[in-house]
This record gives sequence, C-alpha cells and structure tokens, in this order.
Amino acid sequence: MYKILLAQDLVPNIHLFKIAAPAIAEKAQPGQFVVIRIDEIGERIPLTIADWDRDEGSVTIVFMEVGTTTHKLALLQTGDFIADFIGPLGLPTHIEKFGTVVCVAGGFAVATIMPIARAMRQKGNKVISIMGARNKGLIFWEDELRSVSDQLIVTTDDGSYARKGLVTEPLKELLEGEEKVDRVIAIGPSIMMKFCAKTTEPFGVKTIVSLNPIMVDGTGMCGCCRVSVGGVTKFACVDGPDFDGHQVDWELLFARQRIYLDEEKRSFEQWQRSIHR
Amino acid sequence: MAKLNLNRVPMPRQDPKVRGRNFNEVALGYSLEQAQEEASRCIQCPKRACVDGCPVEIDIPGFINAIREGDMPEAVRLLKDKNSLPGICGRVCPQETQCEATCSLAKKGAPIAIGRLERFVADWERANIGAATSIDSPKPTGKRVAVVGSGPAGLTAAADLAKLGHSVTIFEALHVAGGVLMYGIPEFRLPKDIVQAEVDYVASLGVKLELDSVIGKLVTIDELLNSGYHAVFLGTGAGLPMFLNIPGENLNGIYSANEFLTRVNLMKAYRFPEYDTPVKVGRRVAVIGGGNVAMDSARCALRLGADKVYIVYRRSEVEMPARREEVENAMEEGIEFKLLTNPKQMLGNEQNWVVGMECYEMELGEPDDSGRRRPMVKEGSEFIIDVDVVIVALGTRPNPLIAQTTEGLETTRWGTVVADEETGKAVKDKVWAGGDIVTGAATVISAMGAGKRSAADIDEYLRG
Ligand SMILES: Cc1cc2nc3c(=O)[nH]c(=O)nc-3n(C[C@H](O)[C@H](O)[C@H](O)COP(=O)(O)OP(=O)(O)OC[C@H]3O[C@@H](n4cnc5c(N)ncnc54)[C@H](O)[C@@H]3O)c2cc1C
Ligand SMILES: Cc1cc2nc3c(=O)[nH]c(=O)nc-3n(C[C@H](O)[C@H](O)[C@H](O)COP(=O)(O)OP(=O)(O)OC[C@H]3O[C@@H](n4cnc5c(N)ncnc54)[C@H](O)[C@@H]3O)c2cc1C
Ligand code: SF4
Ligand code: SF4
Ligand code: FES
Repeated sequence: MYKILLAQDLVPNIHLFKIAAPAIAEKAQPGQFVVIRIDEIGERIPLTIADWDRDEGSVTIVFMEVGTTTHKLALLQTGDFIADFIGPLGLPTHIEKFGTVVCVAGGFAVATIMPIARAMRQKGNKVISIMGARNKGLIFWEDELRSVSDQLIVTTDDGSYARKGLVTEPLKELLEGEEKVDRVIAIGPSIMMKFCAKTTEPFGVKTIVSLNPIMVDGTGMCGCCRVSVGGVTKFACVDGPDFDGHQVDWELLFARQRIYLDEEKRSFEQWQRSIHR
Repeated sequence: MAKLNLNRVPMPRQDPKVRGRNFNEVALGYSLEQAQEEASRCIQCPKRACVDGCPVEIDIPGFINAIREGDMPEAVRLLKDKNSLPGICGRVCPQETQCEATCSLAKKGAPIAIGRLERFVADWERANIGAATSIDSPKPTGKRVAVVGSGPAGLTAAADLAKLGHSVTIFEALHVAGGVLMYGIPEFRLPKDIVQAEVDYVASLGVKLELDSVIGKLVTIDELLNSGYHAVFLGTGAGLPMFLNIPGENLNGIYSANEFLTRVNLMKAYRFPEYDTPVKVGRRVAVIGGGNVAMDSARCALRLGADKVYIVYRRSEVEMPARREEVENAMEEGIEFKLLTNPKQMLGNEQNWVVGMECYEMELGEPDDSGRRRPMVKEGSEFIIDVDVVIVALGTRPNPLIAQTTEGLETTRWGTVVADEETGKAVKDKVWAGGDIVTGAATVISAMGAGKRSAADIDEYLRG
C-alpha cells in the first residue's frame, strides 16, 4: 500500500497527489511514468511523474478526471492509501544542450512538462514554454512553469485569460521568428500534440511528443500500447513514451484510444449509480 | 504376480455445455475413494521408471503408497520434499509426456494417473491445513539472495533457498505473485486461490515478497548485488509477445494472447464492470496458434460469451504443441479448428476495427529445423474469415528490460539468457538464471526444475 502524503485540487477537475514511494523517487527521471491501481477491483492506469523529492521519498502525480478510475482517485484524500504504485517506467526524456527548446503543454501536462523544462534549463538550454487551457478556470502552475522557463506564453481557447487561441499559434510565431528553435517538446491531449507536430514539420524542427495509448502492465508484456512510428510498431511503455512527433501515425493512436469507449461509458454509469445510492 | 488393473479411474469433469459458459474449474478432482482405487493400481515397481520422467524426481511410488494406506500427511511430506507446488503441477504438468509416459504401465496403455493423484494430495492438504507435519525452521546462514520474478522458477528457487536457511526476497513486477500461473493460465484450468495458497506457502517459509518492483527500472541487478545481496536468481520468464508482422495487425480488436489473458485472468475482466478492467468480448473470435496459450485464449473467449471461436493453425493436428487433453477439451466445448490455415492480412472497417482475416490454405512439405513438416502456402488459396476479435498466440520471448540494464549478462539472439544447464549459473558473477528466461517458453515443471538446480548451486556457492 502506498500512502497519499498530500492530495490537492489544482483546478476543479485536475488534482495533485504526493505519494510515499521512496524507491521510485530515488530513480525517477523527467518523462517517466508510473502505473497505479487504486484497489483490488481497480484498473491499472499510467500517469506521468510530475515531480519527485528524494529526501522526502515522495513522487508527485497530476491527473485529470476523465473516467471511472480517475474519478475514484479524485475522491481519495491526504492520508488514504492506494494499492499499487509501480515505476519508474518508460524511457526518460532525452535531455541535452540543444540551444533553444520550446516546451508546449496543454491541460494537465503543465505539471508533467515541469521536470523536463527544468532539466532542459539546467543543461544550459534557453527554455521557452507555452501553456494552454480551455479557459481561465483551468489555469494552474503558471508561476511554477515560469520559474523554470526563460519565457512563458499563456493561451486560453476562449480568451478568458492571457492570449486567446490555441498553443499552436504562438508556437508557429516562434518558429517564424528571428531566433532559431532547436527542439520542441509537446505534451498534452493527443490532438494537441498532433497539431504541434504538424506546425513544426514544415520548419524541420525535431518535435518530441509523449504518447498516451491505453496500457495494462507498462513493462512490455502485453502489447496493448502499440503505436506506429516511422512505419514500425513500437510498444510505447518501453520504447517510449517519447517519440518523434513527425513520425507518429496519429490516426492509429486515436483509433486505439477509442477501443473501450462503450465499456468505459458502462463502467462510469454503473459507478455513478453506485455512489448515488 | 497379481493381475494388472488397467482401468484408469476417470477424472470427473464439468459437462462441456455447462462449463463452456463459466470460469469454474473444468476437472473436479478425485474423491478419497477414487484416489485410493487409482493408487492401488500402482505395482510399486523396483525400477521406479516413473521417477525418471519427472524433472524434479518426486518419490512417486512413495507418495502413491501413502495414499493407498490412507496416510495423507506422509503423502504430503513426500511430495513437498521435492515439489513446493504440487497443487499446480498436478493440474498443468504435461504428465502424458513426462512421469506418466515412463510409468511401467504406459506400455499397456494405462499409466497410473500420477498427476491426478498429486493434485488430490495437494488439495487434501489445503483442505486440512496444519494436518501435515511442518518443517523445522532451518539455521539462518546470514546470506541474502534476491530472486527476480515470482513464476514457478522463482518460487521454487526461493522456497528451496529459504529451507536451507538463506534470507530470500522475491522481486515481482506485477501486483500479484505467481507469474504465468496468475496472469496466463485461466481460472478454469488452474484456480487462482490454489496458486495463491502455494505462494502463501512459500512466504510462510520466511521468503519476503516485494511486489510492484520492476527490476531493471526500479533497481538494477548490480544495485541489488551492491546493496548486500550475495547472489541473484533471475526467473523473469518469457513475457514479450510476438506478432505476425502482417498488414492490419494493429487494428482495434486484435490482441496478443498475453494482453487478452492478462485482462481476463489477472485483472478479472470476465467480471467487468464489477472489476474495472474491460475486455472486448467479440462475437466471432479467431485465435492464431496451436499451443496451450492458444487453447486457453480460445476457451476464455468462449466463456466470455463469443458465438463462434476458431483456432487458426498453420500445421495439422498432430503437430500442435498444446497438451492433448486441452485440445480435446477445446473441441468438446465447440471450438472450431481451422488447420493448415495461415493469416495473410487483417481487414478493417472505417472505424479501424478488425472485420475479417484473409488467410491462405497451407500444405506440409519436408521436415524443417524443428523436425516437423514445414507448412507451405498454397498459391491462390486465399479466403476470408469474418471476425471481430483476433488473438495472436504465436509465442513469446524474454523481456529485454533486465538484459538491457545489466552489464555482463550474456544473451542469445532469441533474447534468452545464457546459463549453465546443470547449475543455472549465468555468465555474470553472482547471477543465476532459470525457467523460460533461459529456455524460452517451456513448462511449469521445467521452470521449477531449473529453480531447484540453481538453488542447490547457489547454496553451494554461498557456503563455499
Ligand atoms: C504514459 C502515459 C502517461 C499519462 N500521464 C497522465 C497524467 O500525468 N495525467 C493524466 O491525467 N493522465 C495521464 N495519462 C492518461 C491516463 O492514463 C488516462 O486518463 C486514464 O487511464 C483514464 O482512466 P479512467 O478510468 O479515468 O477513464 P476511462 O473512462 O477508462 O478512459 C478515458 C480515456 O482514457 C484512456 N484510457 C483508459 N484506460 C487507460 C489505460 N489503462 N491506460 C491509458 N489510457 C487509458 C482512453 O483513451 C479512454 O478513452 C497518461 C497516459 C499514458 C499512456
Ligand atoms: C497461457 C499459458 C498456458 C500455459 N499452460 C501450461 C501448461 O498447461 N503446462 C505447463 O507446464 N506450462 C504451461 N505454460 C508455460 C508455463 O506457464 C511457463 O513455462 C512457466 O510459467 C515459466 O515459469 P517462469 O518462472 O520461468 O516464468 P513466468 O511464469 O513467466 O514468471 C516470470 C515472472 O517474472 C516477472 N518479471 C518479469 N520481468 C520482471 C522484472 N524486470 N522485474 C521483476 N519481475 C519481473 C513476471 O511478471 C512474472 O511474474 C503456459 C503458459 C501460458 C502463457
Ligand atoms: S511434478 Fe509433474 S512430472 Fe513430476 S510427478 Fe508431478 S505431474 Fe509428474
Ligand atoms: S512406474 Fe508406474 S506402476 Fe511403477 S511405481 Fe511408478 S507409478 Fe507405480
Ligand atoms: S502496456 Fe503492456 S506492453 Fe506496453
């Protein structure tokens, strides 16, 4: 059992948990993830490691409520336990001195891109971050991300805060600007990552995305997480989750993310009935 | 000499029509009377031919005699002396090619049902906990051994080492111990509470279990050795699924057998939505392959409620590697075998769901490296099978996670770890390996045999 040292709501549907997991904290690197299972009947789901504290022996995750597991998770509080917390999984993000790195984050990924932006900066890169949310109410960690970036651009889809529009717009302007962009890291909803990759492709700037196919074990044992990159089948949990966004077969990823739509709906409805009883 | 009794006592089983729709165990087990009747057929031959066929050399005539005399605690003791997991082996060992094949009565077509008797003794012990004599706790040696993987190889090595007084910790990647016994072999063939009981037994010997620990990621082998472990045994199995590499293989509805079986058995998707993990049931399911894994996948698909389940295998029935008994069970339950058939490509609809599988008819040519006749494509024989779920059960290879992060561990081009056949010693200092990680996908009992031999060699090294 793994103890929740801190449960915090960042915005109404995005939550931060600090979990006691000293061995994982010891090894965690930017871009890696954990697989968690809440209880005996729970599903195994992957979540990115948003931060870690080796002295305290804790690992931080930030998650958005989308279906049964994430809604159940959101009900837990400081001091509660979850059954399983497995990691660190996946290959770490490739960190190197590239020059100027643009980090683009959408939704919950503002948290998960933090350790990457921080590590890129520590390596001596100039880090320009772009964070986007649907509206003002969903903005969190603006100051935190600014503190690890040389420059921060904020967008909201509806213009209720900062710049109106999608993250791809300032991204495109940066690519067109004076300054050479050497690498782009885009993390967030799949559709956002796809359009970031499409935006950078004409400029030939290598763009790393963190893919989020459905997973089970997260150790290369089931093949559920297969994605196609450059025409080759890869297991995202062990060969990724980072891949070259220009090589990813996005349509395949979107299709495979929808395999269980019917079951997810059924499961969620049943769970809602059970808690309203 | 008394007249030989050649009437094997049959195993009571669930009716095929009923069992095809439930996940309860198919074979129901002997009663005491049935067990004693079967045991009394054993002629206690002095040559003990049966023992030669058992990879862990169980005193077979001994435990059978104890059953006949009704001394069940003695039967338990004799079995457990050589085999920590009798409830499992009695169920899933390919006895027909091992102990029962070498039994003197096999020549007469009626070998003693050794596996069924072994199962009977193990089940008796579970039902009468504490009745059998417990083992004296050994004198601690002060040596620490890390066992990586909790499948049959790891559990056996750990149990033997603990019995010898070493302090043993098992590291397991999944949230449950047992390896393939838990995530692969289905409930109806090997109930999970039996596996759990055997795992608990190993833990009762003082073995520590660290679940959720992916070695190679969380800690490396070298870090284990540097943190105070005197030796490491690798029993991580062969869990990397293989695919056909044909067009359309990533369509929705196409599973590796590992994924399908893990969802159903480990995550209990057959009880969805009570359990959270879903699985696509499918109305028309094709399983590609001819081994135990293929039979298990097909029989799970049927039990989940599929209307039609096919086994698609590129050779003929005689070449099928699955146990005879399981093939017969599958046929009885109504699974259709499409033999001499091999997929060419998977066909999908606009939503990226598999709707059909285009196959070739095959014919058998000259024997290949494996000694079996090589299947060859019949040109122009393509035909389509309508399906909505496909399960690929083509075999597995060792997962490279550990090899990639361990310097000095030699592997073959199939990804298996190089280890001495007799001792399990790997090329790397202080490291042993056994089970599917060394042999590639094999059997429960051969993995246990390897765990045993390594434990003996590790013990010798630690005392050295
Ligand atoms: C490597 C990786 C890192 C991730 N990091 C984060 C993160 O830091 N924060 C965050 O909020 N989300 C993250 N996700 C997505 C997260 O795993 C899903 O939101 C979660 O599994 C949904 O589960 P659910 O039961 O709440 O929803 P469901 O209703 O079951 O599913 C909603 C959608 O989530 C996806 N999903 C469902 N089950 C799984 C599964 N077992 N594995 C992966 N995706 C699944 C499917 O596309 C599905 O349509 C990550 C995914 C991956 C692969
Ligand atoms: C569906 C199916 C049906 C079968 N039916 C039969 C049968 O009827 N009879 C028979 O004799 N054999 C059968 N087999 C084969 C038999 O189960 C295997 O040969 C046997 O389980 C191998 O044992 P093992 O201990 O080597 O590995 P496994 O049982 O594979 O166990 C390995 C364990 O190591 C863990 N592991 C892997 N990597 C790591 C890591 N990096 N860190 C920590 N832990 C790790 C795995 O999670 C797993 O729990 C079947 C196999 C399958 C898949
Ligand atoms: S362990 Fe297997 S081979 Fe040995 S006696 Fe038992 S059933 Fe036969
Ligand atoms: S070979 Fe067969 S008959 Fe002879 S002792 Fe062994 S089990 Fe009994
Ligand atoms: S999640 Fe099972 S192989 Fe990647």
